[in-house]
Amino acid sequence: MRLHLLALLAKEPAHGYELKQALEQTFGSAYPSPNIGQIYVTLGRLEKDGLVRAVDVEQSNRPNKKVYYLTAKGRELLTVWVDEPTEGPRVRDEFFMKLVLAPLTGIADRMALISRQRRHYLGLMSDLNDLLSRTPPTDRVAILLIEGAMLHLQADLDWLERCQEDLA
Amino acid sequence: MTSVVKTVNLVKIYQDGAVPVPAVRGVDLQVEPGEFVAVMGPSGSGKSTLVHMLGGLDTRTSGEIWLDGKRVDTLSESAWALLRRKRIGFVFQFFNLVANMTVGDNVELPALLAGASPKVARERRESLLAALNLTDRAEAAPAQLSGGEQQRVALARALANQPSLLLADEPTGNLDSRNTRDVLRLLGKVHKEGQTIVMVTHDARVASLADRVVSLFDGEIVDDGRIARRRTGTAGEVIDLR
Repeated sequence: MRLHLLALLAKEPAHGYELKQALEQTFGSAYPSPNIGQIYVTLGRLEKDGLVRAVDVEQSNRPNKKVYYLTAKGRELLTVWVDEPTEGPRVRDEFFMKLVLAPLTGIADRMALISRQRRHYLGLMSDLNDLLSRTPPTDRVAILLIEGAMLHLQADLDWLERCQEDLA
Repeated sequence: MTSVVKTVNLVKIYQDGAVPVPAVRGVDLQVEPGEFVAVMGPSGSGKSTLVHMLGGLDTRTSGEIWLDGKRVDTLSESAWALLRRKRIGFVFQFFNLVANMTVGDNVELPALLAGASPKVARERRESLLAALNLTDRAEAAPAQLSGGEQQRVALARALANQPSLLLADEPTGNLDSRNTRDVLRLLGKVHKEGQTIVMVTHDARVASLADRVVSLFDGEIVDDGRIARRRTGTAGEVIDLR
């Protein structure tokens, strides 16, 4: 979450609760609602690393609030993050390891593993379908995220089929 | 309860010159009324051959096929044609619409052929075209439609005679994601209303609507089971952002 918070702070200084709200507004139902405690812990670490700095803002009738802003070092790190290519979603696939190694143990055969995994993926796809139908069309970010997850799943299923052709 | 589909030790062997090529090797499949079965498997596993045989578009080499409790693998070509008209809807990857009829008439015709009154056929046509967002295309010729629209028309046509069995072979093979969404919605709806469906598909979104997945490999059923669903959560819980 470190870089997500830095990105939000690059737009404008904010306090912890505002950052939580900004994440919720931007990602809608696509993002697990961030825990405020986690946000403060992360901000504390960013401050310690010199990536953000905090100022106390006095408020009448209430305790001071801490407003965070981005430092030059923070902006630099953010730029690096934005500029560098992002790793693909997975380098190692747990199921593939299982598929290759499990038959050696005599515990399971590949055909059974593939069949179970196919049904599992389809169950996940069904959840995503359901989710998509419940997501308002105005929530574009959430819809794109769900569609992205669906395309990944489709690729996993296609790959499963390739594994079946060549290994089973 | 009579199964909509039942096959007993169904076999199809193609003859490639002197070499017999088994495409389907002893399939026992039973589909109950209202079930939605997705047939999956690598290419060459016999999926298309199986559904083509179920629709009488390909003859079996041996074994039995029963539809609605009636043995059909022994029927003549013309008896099959009659059966298809009344009881089976078929959607292919390539849509096979009648080119010199309007979209609306393409959808209405099967209902009329199956014996529906003109009034019922017209109502059926209108509700199907509306469900697939095609109402304003009713008077167009098929060739004026995009591939996605033609595929939706093909699905509407297949459902027009309210078949007891809908067979489909890669019905979303040519569709982009928006068109797929309309097709998914209609399939989900007719399934909920009790339509029995057997569908070959690689598209996981379509397959995930099914109650049951049958996996073929090398012409045999290697898996046959239900899709487990959780039906809970928000996107944030289902999708893990890292």
